[in-house]
Amino acid sequence: MFTLVEMKDTVRVPPWRFKTKLNQAVEEALNMKLANKVVHNVGLCISLWDITEIADSYIFPGDGSSHTIVKFRYVVFRPFMDEILVGKIRSSSKEGVHVSLGFFDDILIPSDAMQHPSRFDEAEQLWVWKYDTGEGSHDLFMDIGEEVRFRVVDETFVDTSPTGPESSSSGVDGAETQEVTAEKKSPFTLIGAVSEPGLGLLTWWNNT
Amino acid sequence: MEVVQENAAMLSNYEVLSLLKDNKQSQTKGKRQQNTNVATILYSTLKYLEKTPCAAVQSPEKLADFMQAVDGFNLTKAEKLQLLNLRPATAVEIQLLIEESEERLSEEQIEQLLATVAEHLGSEEVTEEEGPHQSEMKALIGPTLNADAVHRGEGGNFYFSNKLASIF
Repeated sequence: MFTLVEMKDTVRVPPWRFKTKLNQAVEEALNMKLANKVVHNVGLCISLWDITEIADSYIFPGDGSSHTIVKFRYVVFRPFMDEILVGKIRSSSKEGVHVSLGFFDDILIPSDAMQHPSRFDEAEQLWVWKYDTGEGSHDLFMDIGEEVRFRVVDETFVDTSPTGPESSSSGVDGAETQEVTAEKKSPFTLIGAVSEPGLGLLTWWNNT
Repeated sequence: MEVVQENAAMLSNYEVLSLLKDNKQSQTKGKRQQNTNVATILYSTLKYLEKTPCAAVQSPEKLADFMQAVDGFNLTKAEKLQLLNLRPATAVEIQLLIEESEERLSEEQIEQLLATVAEHLGSEEVTEEEGPHQSEMKALIGPTLNADAVHRGEGGNFYFSNKLASIF
């Protein structure tokens, strides 16, 4: 679920940070810049792992800060495809079940990836697995706050960096930008599935 | 900023957990600059990881032992990582984690694998952890309930603690 990503960046250390050691100043600057942020097509950055290389620092005319090219490795949350994860159910809707890992909330188990046969209970606003025991079916509710085991089946990155005025996009790009605005909020979304034996609420499979 | 290598290595939950614990320690010493993003991700990730089974592994040596023990099963790197992170206790979980497990592993091998996981990583710690936590909760609820018995007039309070009592 976590990977190491090698990155390279120019770190600017302002003069009032010169009193700290360069290593520590760089470390703090990198954590400040990346922690809890999603890097496009990379994943959610958690914390700095180590610094592998610090090149010479430069001071440019007109700016008292030092600029240093640094190579470093960062811990990034990016589950691989088909990985099994355990999370908590945050909310349910007709669309599916939203799952949270605590530090990462944008996980959706869509309605077509539920255990079969499942239905959405309008009165309770919960998803229900109609489990067939052989003699009659049993309703298994997916309550909010319950722990759920799911398989990661898809991931989507949406570029949320500021773009030019919308009027500039035309023709083929038009459809694309519309899609982006619809999902503007989450730059990184995971799609999960609970449609196999062993997946779903942990309590369903505990006793067997 | 540029990404040199997107997937330099996979990390197990245990490795991330120990890194974050170190980070937290140096943070509480007060030498670090505080930043909301850093603090938020540190707190929430730690909270999540401490609930996963990897929080119970005591030493990196144990992990190394385990990796050696599962060498004979012919598993991929990702599958071993999943075994480490999730610690399956039932055969159905093994089937989930290991692709085409029916063809690649015999029933005895699955049993063996489960035994290896249990032996090297232990899987009974979850119930132990829950014990003290729950009693703590009860201790917290106890006095509020009594107080409500006295001030029944304050409806809001009464409802709240009532609700809590039904949850636990």
